[in-house]
Amino acid sequence: MANPMKIRAANKDGVTEVKVLVSHEMETGQRKDSAGAVVPAWFITELTAKHNDKLVLSSEFGPSVSKNPYLAFKFKGGAKGDKIVVSWKDNKGDTRSDEAVIG
Amino acid sequence: MNTQRRNVLKAGSGAALMTVLAAAGIITPGMALADWNKAAFDAKSMADTLKALGAGAPADSKDVQVTGPDIAENGAVVPVGVASTLPNITMVAILIEKNPNALAATFVLPEGTEASVQTRVKMGQTSNIYALVKSDGKFFMATKEIKVTLGGCGG
Repeated sequence: MANPMKIRAANKDGVTEVKVLVSHEMETGQRKDSAGAVVPAWFITELTAKHNDKLVLSSEFGPSVSKNPYLAFKFKGGAKGDKIVVSWKDNKGDTRSDEAVIG
Repeated sequence: MNTQRRNVLKAGSGAALMTVLAAAGIITPGMALADWNKAAFDAKSMADTLKALGAGAPADSKDVQVTGPDIAENGAVVPVGVASTLPNITMVAILIEKNPNALAATFVLPEGTEASVQTRVKMGQTSNIYALVKSDGKFFMATKEIKVTLGGCGG
């Protein structure tokens, strides 16, 4: 199981800014190890964010996204105490979901 | 067969394309990673990627901003952001022209989510970064060149 995500969400003037730091290797499938063998691709393909069960962001990643992906976005609405749930899925079928409270 | 293939390619992008391809028996459901837009992420060149996204030839727009450093000393972690003041933006994509696969990420923005997204990408070499947005069903883009210095000397 992958490590938890770090999620910060803050509401200011009716706009909620969400910052997510995901823990993931994001192997491109192009790198070779010391023995010269290609390291197989392993990266997050889909990431979604929900605010109180309403989808606020749905993204698809390719292998060009950095190791331990960082993501920031804003949406209208949301109040202090509301719940943000971020979930991802990688190309090996591993998934993870974490939640945070808007502060 | 060829005409069918043409029609399939023309038929659309994203989930729609995957569905059509699966229906046409060209790819099996097991190959399709759910709705992940494999065609777009596998495309090598800018033109192929834009085609796979259904964007055609997007117009340059001053209302799309792509942010990032002028010089990135570490190509493994390059912060980039896309923002736009265009109305009704439903999709944002980040493309890196000279990477092995041009498309880095796509973001679908439901109503209420602002057209302002930041992330970090890998860059193999100095390249143009393209921000593509879909506003009112039309595609627009903006470009920024980011220099990648492997030596980390800033030069």
